[in-house]
Amino acid sequence: MLFSEIYSAYYNAVAGIISLVLDGRADEKGIKEIVDEKAFSESFLTVLPALKSGRWQLIKPDMTTALSRTPSMPLTNIEKAWLKAVSLDPRIRLFDIDFSFLGETEPLFTPDDFVIYDKYSDGDDYESEQYKAVFRTILCALKEEKMLLIEYEKVSGKRMTVRSFPKSLEYSEKDDKFRLAASGGLYINVGRIRSCKITDGKKPEDTGNDNIRYKTVTLKVSERRNTLERCLLHFAHFEKTAEKTEEGYILNIKYRTEDETEMVMRVLSFGPLVEAVAPDSFRNLIIKRLKRQKSCGLF
Amino acid sequence: MSQYKESVKNYEKIRSFMREFYVYGFKSRDEYNEKSARSYDDVRRRIESLMGEYTGFRRTPSGKNVFISLDSRLSLHNPFYKTLKAGSFTDGDITLHFILFDILHSPAVKLSLNEITEEIDGYLKDFPEPLVFDETTVRKKLDEYNRLGIIEKEKSGKRVLYSRKNDGEVPEMRAMLNFFSETAPCGVIGSFLLDKWEKKDEFFNFKHHYITSAVDSSVTAALFTAMRNKSIITVTNVSRRRAEAKRIRIIPLRLFISVQNGRQHLLAYQAEYNIIKAFRVDHLSDVKEEMPSPRFDELREKLDEMQKRMWGVSLNRRGFDDNKLHHIEFTVKIEDGEEHIISRLQREKRIGFVDKTGERTYRFTADVYDSAELIPWIRTFICRIDSLYISDKATENQFKEDIEEMFRMYNI
Repeated sequence: MLFSEIYSAYYNAVAGIISLVLDGRADEKGIKEIVDEKAFSESFLTVLPALKSGRWQLIKPDMTTALSRTPSMPLTNIEKAWLKAVSLDPRIRLFDIDFSFLGETEPLFTPDDFVIYDKYSDGDDYESEQYKAVFRTILCALKEEKMLLIEYEKVSGKRMTVRSFPKSLEYSEKDDKFRLAASGGLYINVGRIRSCKITDGKKPEDTGNDNIRYKTVTLKVSERRNTLERCLLHFAHFEKTAEKTEEGYILNIKYRTEDETEMVMRVLSFGPLVEAVAPDSFRNLIIKRLKRQKSCGLF
Repeated sequence: MSQYKESVKNYEKIRSFMREFYVYGFKSRDEYNEKSARSYDDVRRRIESLMGEYTGFRRTPSGKNVFISLDSRLSLHNPFYKTLKAGSFTDGDITLHFILFDILHSPAVKLSLNEITEEIDGYLKDFPEPLVFDETTVRKKLDEYNRLGIIEKEKSGKRVLYSRKNDGEVPEMRAMLNFFSETAPCGVIGSFLLDKWEKKDEFFNFKHHYITSAVDSSVTAALFTAMRNKSIITVTNVSRRRAEAKRIRIIPLRLFISVQNGRQHLLAYQAEYNIIKAFRVDHLSDVKEEMPSPRFDELREKLDEMQKRMWGVSLNRRGFDDNKLHHIEFTVKIEDGEEHIISRLQREKRIGFVDKTGERTYRFTADVYDSAELIPWIRTFICRIDSLYISDKATENQFKEDIEEMFRMYNI
């Protein structure tokens, strides 16, 4: 149902090539760029010969086409059904989209058809008018590349006002919260922003990754109780390497320094089935917690 | 020897490999149970081409290990979506597709099969060896597109007329699609929609972002469709405990998605054992919808009730009416400046309860079908656990033995 050629990267690439031809801008370099952008690393070896040889009879040998319009395709039933389903999500209110074009389309799913059972319960309040206003202002500033004047409340309760250039919005599915990343290495939970408005200001020079620092932890993973699969899936979203050694399975995970406490807890959650073997600094964080636990007298 | 093709005819052939390369990444060629070395090599080369920069390999004494590795926090789009855009097609399919929509360029253009077929010939006449599309081929394609919802078919007297479906006024929604294509179930459909327009408004990124379920999108969409129709399905299930796949007949009730362990489960009723149980979605394939079940609403209500006693997806029950519960409670002791631990308990307690039992102690209590599911979470409070009681003694003893083992492991 979903795995259909009409959604394929090849069709998208060919649509792009036809548009180039219609614009009179088609040359081999431009076609290659389109294929590389829209399809896969080896697609160029398929697409261009297929068009040139007349297997796909859409572009004539003289690089003209009998087609007269930029290719387009209506929305499929499943695309409309998915959009209808998305229109029922509480977070859709952040985007101010008019879905009336979907008419009586039945949704692919409703909020009752699935549950995210382990997300935290103190997620952002998407019903709040203030939150929506803040979110939309940030979106607008991001789209138009404008500076923001932001008033927010720190964890301590202290109010701060900053002028900063928005760079991205990070969403955590576990926390169900948005976080604004802005110039100067500033990160603010959107839920903590009390007001925000677009203001004059020049876009600062891009400083790259804003000094995001990474560390790597090495874990030894047991095969007992299906831990290997559970652990590898659990840490799947990190950049990592895994290898089988004589001593067992070794996993190296790269994580952001700011997330170290979370990483310690995630490793602890596997109990004795996952051992932090390096570096010592990470291992010591585990040991510190275990020592304190021992002093609780429970065991 | 058959020629290598980058496109994919049967997605199932690469689905499990992609998960293995991404999740595991340490298996060598010999460890995959493929029929032949060549089919492994074909799949590997395809995946390397489809996933591009995200694939890598390592040489080990046991051979070359292919892996997929990325920090999903840095990706604006799920790279697995591209693999769902590699469907194979014939030369005729792609040629006909673009010509049909050029002919039917507006919803106002309504033509008969005969008229469309004649027009097609005009598009092909300048090629040295023009492809030939007879009326049967064109009708089949138009009917296929009618089922997909992109071609309208209507009767006008004795004639059947075909036209492009009218979408109405589709609003600008790239920012919304950039977000929901990564966070909503079956998000790849949002990615298909994004492909219709130039890239724009790409300023979302995602933390705690599990991306592997993308390869299960077709199965998930079929399960949702069955749920909407309240239908019984037959589906192939590969159990962890059983090597061979088995066709099972179930009523799908709800999808359970985890944002902490990367798994998705289908909770479904299996009449054969008169039980509601969880099935890993990545272990399911080939969903066939049968007739609607008159019991769907009743069973879903039953699941609603059961969810009040579920920490995750496990039911650990012998039968439909087995309501035996495990009681679990533990207290944590906090020090000055550790008030965030109370917030943690509150936001992470799910179906449990938290109350203050002393000046510095807080108690979590819950009654659940399977107390073992809480153990990983309770371990995250190690260093503050003041007391623990689980009515299921096997789970309680296991928890305590595990802590002792950790003390030994870290020489404490």
